[in-house]
Amino acid sequence: MSLAAISEGFRDRRLAAALTERIRENKAGPLRIMEVCGTHTMAIFRHGIRSLLPAEIELISGPGCPVCVTATGDIDLMIALAAKPGVTLATFGDLLRVPGSEGKSLAMARAAGARVEVVYSPADALDMARNTDGLVVFPAIGFETTIPVIAATVLEARSKNVRNFMLLVSHKVVPPALEVLLSDPELAIDGLLCPGHVSAIIGEQAYQPLVAQFHMPCVIAGFEPLDILSAVYMLTRQAGRGQARVENCYGRVVSKEGNPRAREIIYRVFKPCNAWWRGLGEIPGSGLELQEEFRDFDARTRFELPAVFVPEPQGCRCGEILTARIKPPQCPLFNTRCTPTHPVGPCMVSSEGTCAAYSKYGDL
Amino acid sequence: MCLAIPMRVTEVHGEQNDPLSFPHAVVEEEGLRKEVRLDIVDRWPRPGDYVIVHAGFAIHTLDPAAAETNLNLMREMAEHVIGSDI
Ligand code: SF4
Repeated sequence: MSLAAISEGFRDRRLAAALTERIRENKAGPLRIMEVCGTHTMAIFRHGIRSLLPAEIELISGPGCPVCVTATGDIDLMIALAAKPGVTLATFGDLLRVPGSEGKSLAMARAAGARVEVVYSPADALDMARNTDGLVVFPAIGFETTIPVIAATVLEARSKNVRNFMLLVSHKVVPPALEVLLSDPELAIDGLLCPGHVSAIIGEQAYQPLVAQFHMPCVIAGFEPLDILSAVYMLTRQAGRGQARVENCYGRVVSKEGNPRAREIIYRVFKPCNAWWRGLGEIPGSGLELQEEFRDFDARTRFELPAVFVPEPQGCRCGEILTARIKPPQCPLFNTRCTPTHPVGPCMVSSEGTCAAYSKYGDL
Repeated sequence: MCLAIPMRVTEVHGEQNDPLSFPHAVVEEEGLRKEVRLDIVDRWPRPGDYVIVHAGFAIHTLDPAAAETNLNLMREMAEHVIGSDI
């Protein structure tokens, strides 16, 4: 069978209906399943997965949108850097409209004359640096899927001796944040729908400690309807049997050991540090910083940027959204003062944000 | 931001074991030709293979056999209900 035909298979309606039936038959009782990844949140809405599931299965959204968890203070630093003479901030487009403190965003800074350019890849930012005399700063946000891409770009910058390219590093790794969420009894999570493309890098093995420590069913899923439904089915089956283990519904992309080559490149360039997550606060070992030998590429060191704590925008409840304590309609600003065209918080800005998903699709 | 999509490889350039050759592939997606980097890909692709691409870099080379096993796993899970309505 050709790969194209197989890919079509993951959208097969008849199989989707059958899997839904299996989930119903399972009668696993009330279950709270957290989808960790923002791309899953969007896929769940787009495919109308919630409407297919029995009422006692609740899908709650986790902190897996890298834009949403970027600290307000880091957004302020990006805006401050973009305003410096001779600096161009080359960024993923998703960051443009995220409000920092006082409601300012990179888009507004650009309108006011700051040099802010949107790039699709950090490699494009490096190319930009090679073709200009000024300094190009790339805000390095993202999880394990994006981090090796940025690490490879740093290796290229060093080997080509590009000295006017720098990172503002705000990377985050997923497992420590999951540990914090699972330690919170109030959240009462019964199972994790684990991210597909983060897992392509970290592998099935990365969830083993969560299974051991929290007796937590973990199932890795892709983004097609059958991927998500079969993962939910596996989670209900584990719950029904009182099991907790790592299962992989995305075997075409994720292996047990993940992508060791990508991980080797990550840790050649970066080393673990603490990181501040919007909504979750500081989590030990959940961030990455440049290794000593790559410090030349660190905009924080070069500009002696302080780590400042900045409170979240007034009235915004993204913190509670990102930790699944409330759903967007429970935020008084939702769809009133905060809309996709005039977002107050990051969960409404990012296309993967939970508030943006609810606003676009309604509470399906 | 985390979108990662499969694309078909048409050409491969550079050396797998020499990162300084900045290995890359030409991929096609709906008639569009693009270059993607192979620095961090898990398995070296050949023309005709599909790779999952994120922010300009291939992160994984798909294996059609693994994809088929994956789909069969879901079929098996769904099976007994489907069996009963045929
Ligand atoms: S609706 Fe807007 S203000 Fe409310 S939590 Fe979401 S992003 Fe924040």
